[in-house]
Amino acid sequence: MTAYLLKRLLIGLATLVVASLVVFGVLEILPGDPARLMLGFEATEDAIQALRVEMGLDQPLLWRYLDWVGGLLTLDFGRSYTYSVPVIDLVSERVVVSLPLALIALTLSTAIAIPVGVFSASRRGRPADTISMGAAQVGVAVPNFWFALLLIYVFAVWLRLVPAGGFPGWSAGAWPALKALMLPAVALALPQAAILARVTRSALLEVLGEDYIRTARAKGMPRRTVLWRHALRNAMIPVLTILGLQFAFLLAGTIIIENVFYLPGLGRLVFQAITQRDLIVVESVVMLLVASVIVVNLLVDLSYALVDPRLRVNR
Amino acid sequence: MTDSTDFRSETFGSFAAKAFANRSFLAGFVITVLIAAMALLSFLWTPYDVTRLIVADRMQAPSAVHLFGTDHFGRDVLSMIMVGARNSIAVALVAVGIGMGIGVPLGCWAAARGGLADEILMRFNDLVFAFPALLSAIMITAIFGPGAVNAIIAIGIFNIPVFARVARAGALSLWPREFILAARAAGKGKALITIEHILPNIANLLLVQGTIQFALGILAEAGLSYLGLGAQPPMPSWGRMLFDAQTRMIVAPYLAIFPGFAIVFTVLGLNLLGDGLSDVLDPKLRRQR
Amino acid sequence: MRAWQSILAATAVALASSTMAMAARTDLVLGVPLEPPHLDPTAGAAAAIDEVLYTNVFEGLTRIGSKGEVLPALAESWTVSDDGKTYTFKLHTGVKFHDGSDFNADDVKFSLDRARAENSTNAQKKLFAAIDTVEVVDPTTVKVSLKHPEGQFLYNMGIGDAIIVAPESAETNKEKPIGTGPFKFDSWAKGSSIKLSKTDGYWGDAVFLDKVEFRIVPDAAAAIPALLSGDVQAFPFFQPDGVSQIEGDPRFKVVIGSTEGETILTMNNKKPPFDKLEVRQAIASAIDRKAVIDAASNGLGQPIGSFMSPANPAYVDLTATYPHDVAKAKEYLKAAGLEGGFSATIKLPPPSYARLGGEVIASQLREVGINLEIIPVEWADWLSKVFTDKDFDLTIVSHTEANDIDIFSRPGYYFQYENPEFNKLIEELAVTNDEAKRNELLGSAQKILAQDVPAVFLYELPKVGVWDAKLEGLWDNAPIQANDLTKVKWLE
Repeated sequence: MTAYLLKRLLIGLATLVVASLVVFGVLEILPGDPARLMLGFEATEDAIQALRVEMGLDQPLLWRYLDWVGGLLTLDFGRSYTYSVPVIDLVSERVVVSLPLALIALTLSTAIAIPVGVFSASRRGRPADTISMGAAQVGVAVPNFWFALLLIYVFAVWLRLVPAGGFPGWSAGAWPALKALMLPAVALALPQAAILARVTRSALLEVLGEDYIRTARAKGMPRRTVLWRHALRNAMIPVLTILGLQFAFLLAGTIIIENVFYLPGLGRLVFQAITQRDLIVVESVVMLLVASVIVVNLLVDLSYALVDPRLRVNR
Repeated sequence: MTDSTDFRSETFGSFAAKAFANRSFLAGFVITVLIAAMALLSFLWTPYDVTRLIVADRMQAPSAVHLFGTDHFGRDVLSMIMVGARNSIAVALVAVGIGMGIGVPLGCWAAARGGLADEILMRFNDLVFAFPALLSAIMITAIFGPGAVNAIIAIGIFNIPVFARVARAGALSLWPREFILAARAAGKGKALITIEHILPNIANLLLVQGTIQFALGILAEAGLSYLGLGAQPPMPSWGRMLFDAQTRMIVAPYLAIFPGFAIVFTVLGLNLLGDGLSDVLDPKLRRQR
Repeated sequence: MRAWQSILAATAVALASSTMAMAARTDLVLGVPLEPPHLDPTAGAAAAIDEVLYTNVFEGLTRIGSKGEVLPALAESWTVSDDGKTYTFKLHTGVKFHDGSDFNADDVKFSLDRARAENSTNAQKKLFAAIDTVEVVDPTTVKVSLKHPEGQFLYNMGIGDAIIVAPESAETNKEKPIGTGPFKFDSWAKGSSIKLSKTDGYWGDAVFLDKVEFRIVPDAAAAIPALLSGDVQAFPFFQPDGVSQIEGDPRFKVVIGSTEGETILTMNNKKPPFDKLEVRQAIASAIDRKAVIDAASNGLGQPIGSFMSPANPAYVDLTATYPHDVAKAKEYLKAAGLEGGFSATIKLPPPSYARLGGEVIASQLREVGINLEIIPVEWADWLSKVFTDKDFDLTIVSHTEANDIDIFSRPGYYFQYENPEFNKLIEELAVTNDEAKRNELLGSAQKILAQDVPAVFLYELPKVGVWDAKLEGLWDNAPIQANDLTKVKWLE
């Protein structure tokens, strides 16, 4: 078990290093001179050159890479080209939007999906199963940005229950902030819930077919107990895998949703930074997201072992 | 799979009979054929020309003249949806092709060779999976410029590890089988065995995965187009239509409704098809559903 | 409910609403489309910086009024020497920066010298190039000597790039702007909003608003729901094609004004086939301005036939120079030896005027056999590829600087237009102070451009302002990119 985790950890680290090379290399070939962009198209050549020197853009490539990686390790991500503030400040301002959003969406999706999946599995083949899985099929097919648009027009423009977008900041109080995150969270959660419900159902059905479950049932254990206590626990591995993937997706994949709701989150930060050629921000945020995907995957691996004691020996 | 017999023995006729008895497959098949037919028809005929802008006719509500109304340039929305289907299908299909074309040989190779080759492939997979797909697709299209071709590449790249993984897992489970061992004993090389025995037997897995990736590709293309990074005008695309509709939704909700439904309908059809296929092709899974 | 209870409740409601009515609102959330990269107007060309800070937080010697006129600001008056080369400014007294330090002539000298210094990163550095020396005569008098007379000097001193900063805070203005204006900077939540509040003891006329928030709302799609739900009460620069969604809603006012934004289809004048006059004439004749204006600005833009705002006194209507005529366009193409048409690219920056206008123009040019490939670009790419490398065939841009017809004479400017006759007019203009003579020169310059079509002059970008019907005092027009809030108040 320890050896297995150690191996995963090493692989994760190696992936990070290669990823940093890829990210840095790719972004260096992006067209566009950040200095010129910052000063606009009426700026004179010498003003631009002065700014290039100020930003360190005249340094050799390798030096800039090492400087950047060294900075990442010490949490000094450098200064944003467009905002001219430390990138870490920008990121920490945005994480407090994206992370709660991802967590709320994940909680919401789990809270909907697991009961629906279990319910469906327990009524396999009956109308209730057909209807809920049919709904899940539709849910999987709905693009979340389109769903978000429909939500905005119903709940913000017609009913005026929640804001149409924007984020007042946590300083405005927990309730207004949560209210602003409500629609985006729903828009993100429902398509994810549909996927999760389907996975939960099929994982459960697989487990329910196993011998030990039949034995438990034969021994007269109540159906409900078997379902929730034994079957669900053993069906958790695929569910956890999907949850891990979904968390990574939610953290990074909110780009479109954050654009629809103009939320100042990480996704929009990186999208804006790409269009503004704020390379240092793009590099740092992408690395951060890659790192978090790797960490989440490690945690998922770890949780397999917790859920299923058999794996502790086997892997 | 329950036994070690070669899978190819099944005839097409008995497969079709089984498939059409499956509700999910039938529904998905009908929807997919409808969408594909619509896309093909658009090559020959659309109610109006989508490249000609008649600004004077802009933003007309659905009527007998324009069934789905007209957009902000006076183009017929129905015609745009028909031509847009072509774009969505082309992008997603080619992206699946890239994924299969590169991923499957890689996966089979890794399974056949094992050892270091396998390890390298798996680590490459880890690397690609560690990059959030949509974010990376956005970066790729931002670097090479927006457009259908770059959208295909961006989506295709992320299909490679998916197919590599499926092909590898399928192939690995086959190598210890009796009929493969027999072939090896007969002196056949690994490459030949892969082509003659492995590929036909993992084709069903690949077909199911292909359908799923096709559906995901349609969604991804819609997302990229929505951000303005997919197919460029004058080529209509569903994602772009939604983006354009967004600013006009209050007076012209139909602009957002129809393309949205087109996406949902297509993806739903493909997913049903994929479900149905996996039911029919994989007896183990069928037992669970 | 018992009778007395309902009476009590009704009274309470009436009282509450009457006290509300007596005290008009003093807060405002204003939507801006772009986030400023930083908050120092002297270190960046981004209009977004001025849209937040100009005249609100920072002030210059002069300022530009709502009609584009030059008004006194920190300088209460000035005199110009007869040779037009020396300006003596008399400064207001009792002016303080937001950090409490006094404003005086030293700050003016510091600011102007800083803007024109060797290592200056001022985006409009060339506007200060004419300055020879800046002298502090006494704490309230500054004398500026020019190398040569400069017709636009007082105007130039009023733009955002010429605002006066204090030496102590000049380096930190990007993050924490310290100015002399009626509003002071409070906070900036990056990607979301910038907050200002009223300055106590402001030297000039008191303002009506206490708190102002500039909310960054990047696209019309987000702006419309934000306005309808009341989150944002004003969008002074609203995307024109979104107006149809708001029109007819009595809660809002839609104000159509003018800008200095000449929206033009620029051609690369040195790149074949656009170096041929006939090709440019063909393109100009193939374009139906009305359709472009309808689709790209909801029919709100004013057609132009040359590079001048119709609001400018020097404007000459030249829209009929090349009327929309497909047959004629084909003739021009034939004359150019391109009877079968040709293919080219059009690079479109992000604003809706370019993206929407570009699609219409591509469709119109197809009618005469010119096939355009549409390439959308981000501003970063536009700046590097189109503006700097001149790697383009056609592009659409709105040039929003006022009085900028001289860009057609600049050597190496991106559209690569060269006409000695035109350049001579511009040289003459630069040293002419007389209004009537200036207008005459500008008229001739416009005619040359209209005939020569280095670019197809499409329309003057409308300024579409949408705000709460109870709000008053926002600018109708946009002679410069700014949101002057000094006169803004709620009516109750």
